[in-house]
Amino acid sequence: MQTAETISIVPEPQLGVRRKRQHIARLYQATQLGAMLSALAVFAFFSITAGDKGFLTLAATSGWLNASAELALIAIPVGLLMIAGEFDLSVGSVVGASSITMALGVTVYDLPVPLVFLMCLAIGVLVGLFNGMLVNSTGLPSFIVTLAANYVLLGLALGLSRALAGTSTVSVDITGFWGNVFGATFGDLNVTVVWCLVLGLIAYWVLSRMSIGSWIYATGGNLDGAIKAGVPTQKVRLALFVTTGVAAAIVGALQAALFNSGNAVQGQGFVFQAPIVAVIGGVLLVGGYGTVQGVVLGTITYGMVNIGLFYTGWTTDWLSTFIGGLLIVAVLANDFVRKAALRQASSIPASAPRTTIKRRVQA
Amino acid sequence: MELEDVSKAFGSTHALQHASMELHAGEVHCLLGDNGAGKSTLIKVMSGVYVPSSGRLLVDGEPVTLAGPRQAQDLGIATVHQDVGMIPLMSVARNFYLGREPNKGWGPFRRFDAARARATALDEVHAMGITRVTDANQLVGTLSGGERQALGIARAIHFGAKVLILDEPTSALGVKEASVVLKQIDSARSRGLAVVLITHNASHALSIGDRFTVLIQGQVADQWARGERTRDEVLDLMAGGESVEDLFEKLD
Ligand SMILES: Nc1ncnc2c1ncn2[C@@H]1O[C@H](COP(=O)(O)OP(=O)(O)O)[C@@H](O)[C@H]1O
Ligand SMILES: [Mg+2]
Repeated sequence: MQTAETISIVPEPQLGVRRKRQHIARLYQATQLGAMLSALAVFAFFSITAGDKGFLTLAATSGWLNASAELALIAIPVGLLMIAGEFDLSVGSVVGASSITMALGVTVYDLPVPLVFLMCLAIGVLVGLFNGMLVNSTGLPSFIVTLAANYVLLGLALGLSRALAGTSTVSVDITGFWGNVFGATFGDLNVTVVWCLVLGLIAYWVLSRMSIGSWIYATGGNLDGAIKAGVPTQKVRLALFVTTGVAAAIVGALQAALFNSGNAVQGQGFVFQAPIVAVIGGVLLVGGYGTVQGVVLGTITYGMVNIGLFYTGWTTDWLSTFIGGLLIVAVLANDFVRKAALRQASSIPASAPRTTIKRRVQA
Repeated sequence: MELEDVSKAFGSTHALQHASMELHAGEVHCLLGDNGAGKSTLIKVMSGVYVPSSGRLLVDGEPVTLAGPRQAQDLGIATVHQDVGMIPLMSVARNFYLGREPNKGWGPFRRFDAARARATALDEVHAMGITRVTDANQLVGTLSGGERQALGIARAIHFGAKVLILDEPTSALGVKEASVVLKQIDSARSRGLAVVLITHNASHALSIGDRFTVLIQGQVADQWARGERTRDEVLDLMAGGESVEDLFEKLD
C-alpha cells in the first residue's frame, strides 16, 4: 500500500525583509513625520514664492498661526473622534449657534459673560449627547447622523435668533477680564492660540498617556475586539462626541469676542476642513490610527496654504484646488504606509513560493 | 464550569440545542464539529457574549447569568476568539493590557503605566516561547498569526484565567506555528487551567485533548474521555457522523 504524506516547508522570512518591515513599522508609528514633511514643504514653497512679499513677516506668521489655532481647536477633537471610527459634521452649526448665543446673551439680554459662555458650552454638550446617543443606540453611520444634526441646528440657530432679535447677526463687545479671556490679542496673535495650546496638550496627554487613549484607538481599530476586551466603547464615543461639541462651542464663543459679532450661520467651513486636516495629519479615515501632533501639523499646513496664497498675490481661487491636491497626496501616503506596516510577518510565507515535497512512504 | 441543557436560537436558526458540557481544571476539552455546527455559538454563551435562550451555566456549582464578556472575565473565563480580537495598529503592550490598563500617578495626572506594561507584556510573551518580539512598542499588526494567538493566550493566563476558551487557534497557522500554540495550550493545562479548544484538525485534537464533545447541527452528537474512541471513530464523527471510508467511496 502506498500513502502520500504532504509536507509543506515554509521558508522563514529573510532577515533583511524583516528588518525592513520593522523600519516601516517604526516609520508608521511616526506618521506625523509625513505631516511634518508636508508642513515643511508648504512652508518652503511659500517662503520661496512669497518670502519677499511678506510671508515671513511677524504679521503673516501670526496670521497663519491664528487660522491654524482656530481650526485645530475643532480638528483635534474631531481627529480623536475619527481615530475612534466616527465623524462629526455638526461642528459647523455648533460654532454658529454658540457665536450667536454669545452675542444675543451679552448684547440683547445683558447677561453676565461667564453665564452666557456656560450656555454656549451647554449647546455643545447637548449636540454631542444627541449625536453620541443616536449613533450608539441606532448604529447608524455618524456621517449621516451628524450631517443631519448640522442642518437641524443651522435652521434652529437661524430661526431662533431671528425670532428673538429680528436678525441673525448681532454685534457684541466683551470687555474687561472676560474680554481678555475670549478676545485678547498679543500683537497680531489671537488668544485662540493659547486656548489651542491648552486643548492640544490635554488631548495629547489623553491620547498618548492615558488608558482612555488605548480605548480610543481600540474602538476605531477593531470595535469587536475592543468590546470583547471590555472597553466601554459606547462611553468612549459619547465622551468624544461631547468633546467635539464643546470644542466647537468654544470656537463660536471666541469668534464672537474676536470679531465683535455673533453670526448664526458662520462656521460651516469647519465641517469639512476639520476632517481634511486630520487626514492630512495622518489620521486614518477608517479609524484606528492618528496622533494629536499629526493633526496639529495638518492644521498648520492648512493655515499656511490659506495665508500663504494671499501673500503670493495670486488669486485665492486656487485655495481649494491646492487643499484638494494635498488631501489626495496625504490619503495615498497614509494608505501606503499603513499597508506596508500591516503586511504581517505571517503573510510572507503565503506570498513566497512554498516548497511542497510529496513523500511516498512504502508501507 | 458546566453548561446544562443550553439552547440558543437566532430567530428561526437553532444554532445550539440542549447542549451540556463539563469543564475540569487541568484538562483540555476539545469541541469538534463541522462548519456551522454551533461551536462558536457555544463558546460565546460561555464567554458571556450571548445569553442562552434556555439552559443554565454553572461556575463552581453555582448557577450564573453572564451579563457580558466583562463579567465572564471577572469570573476567570477568558476567550481568545478566532480573530484574537487584537487591535492591529496598537502596540503589543497596549493590546496586552487593553481594558485592564495599569495606571500610575495621581488625579488628573493618572496615566497608563507604559513602562510597566511594556516590561510585563514582553516577559509574558517570552514565557510563551515567542522570542522574536523584542520591542513591546511593536504594532500587533506586524505579528504573525501564531504570535497573536500566543499574545492572546499569554494575556488570558496573566490575568488569572481559570477557564481558557480558544476558538480555532491553529486553523490559520502553519505547521510549526501550530505546534508552538499546542505547546502553549499544554502549558496552560499544566498550570491547572480548564481549556476549551475548538479545532477542525483531528490530529491536533487527539494529540492534546483529554475530553471531547462533537456537535452536529447544534446538538451534542457524542461526548467521551481520552482513550474511549479510536482515531477512526473520531474522524467519522468529525465528518458529521458519516464514515470517512464511505466518503472516500463516494469520491471514487
Ligand atoms: N449572530 C448570529 N445571527 C444569526 N445566526 C447565527 C449567528 N451566529 C451564528 N449563527 C448561525 O448559527 C449556526 C452555528 O454557527 P456557529 O456557532 O458560528 O458555528 P461554528 O462555529 O461551529 O462554525 C450557523 O448556522 C450560523 O449561521
Ligand atoms: Mg466558528
